[in-house]
Amino acid sequence: MGHMSAPSPVELDEPVTDDLTMAATPWVTIVWNDPVNLMSYVTYVFRTYFGYDKKKAEKLMMEVHTDGRSAVSSGSREEMERDVQAMHGYGLWATLEKQTGR
Amino acid sequence: MMSGFSYQRRGKQIAATFTGFEADLLRSLAAQLIELLHDEAAMPQQAVDPLEALLDFSGPTTEPEDPVLARLFPTAYQHDEEAAGEFRRFTEGTLREAKTAGAGAIVDALEEAGLPPELREDGLMIDVELSHPEAEVWLRSFTDLRLALATRLGIEEGDEDHWDQLDDEDPTGQVYGIYQWLGYLQETLVESLIKAT
Repeated sequence: MGHMSAPSPVELDEPVTDDLTMAATPWVTIVWNDPVNLMSYVTYVFRTYFGYDKKKAEKLMMEVHTDGRSAVSSGSREEMERDVQAMHGYGLWATLEKQTGR
Repeated sequence: MMSGFSYQRRGKQIAATFTGFEADLLRSLAAQLIELLHDEAAMPQQAVDPLEALLDFSGPTTEPEDPVLARLFPTAYQHDEEAAGEFRRFTEGTLREAKTAGAGAIVDALEEAGLPPELREDGLMIDVELSHPEAEVWLRSFTDLRLALATRLGIEEGDEDHWDQLDDEDPTGQVYGIYQWLGYLQETLVESLIKAT
């Protein structure tokens, strides 16, 4: 708990297109929608595990809910494996993948 | 059957009162989850020395056959079977232990609060008081229990109408009722944790 593996909360709000950022953080943790987990719970997990503020946590949760998936953190492959394992600990359906340029 | 968790400002505890029937039901669900997690169990990792760790192939590398376990331990790499196997080998054992411990904490807390090994008397009430970290453990374990029930029932996005229409006598409908009750408990637990923060 209190573990913060993600960059500062504001960073993900902007499209990550910068080449330098791409090279340094080529992996992302994806959380997928499921019919079970409560919206309040998913938001709570994003706030407590990643340390995101309420607004950002709710935005990511809504992305999961409406788009079916959301990239919730980015970083090195090792960091993302840690985040995915933590998400599985919380019962969220998470995977990791190489960041694409979109 | 509806009284959830609340935050007790004075004692800084998160509290709930269950009927004996509800406490017994929770214990039984948690015990079933523990049993399922022990099934097909991954060997715990005992990192002894580096060579031994390298030679340790004991963790599972393929998705569990049971659909509930497959949902509790999803495949982390969608398009890379080898990486997915490696990830599973190093994480599934730890995750299984944590989830087992979480369900075990629910059983223990209910029994410490006065739930007898076998429920016989009517009118028994069980008061549970949880610290913030204990409530977090319960919160995660409720998720595991809800995922397990939802997988067994085959719950899908937007199928609430189907379940709500089921007859009260339908056993599937009764299980769905338990699933919804756990969801209600979890909702009130999240609210209480936010108040406690």
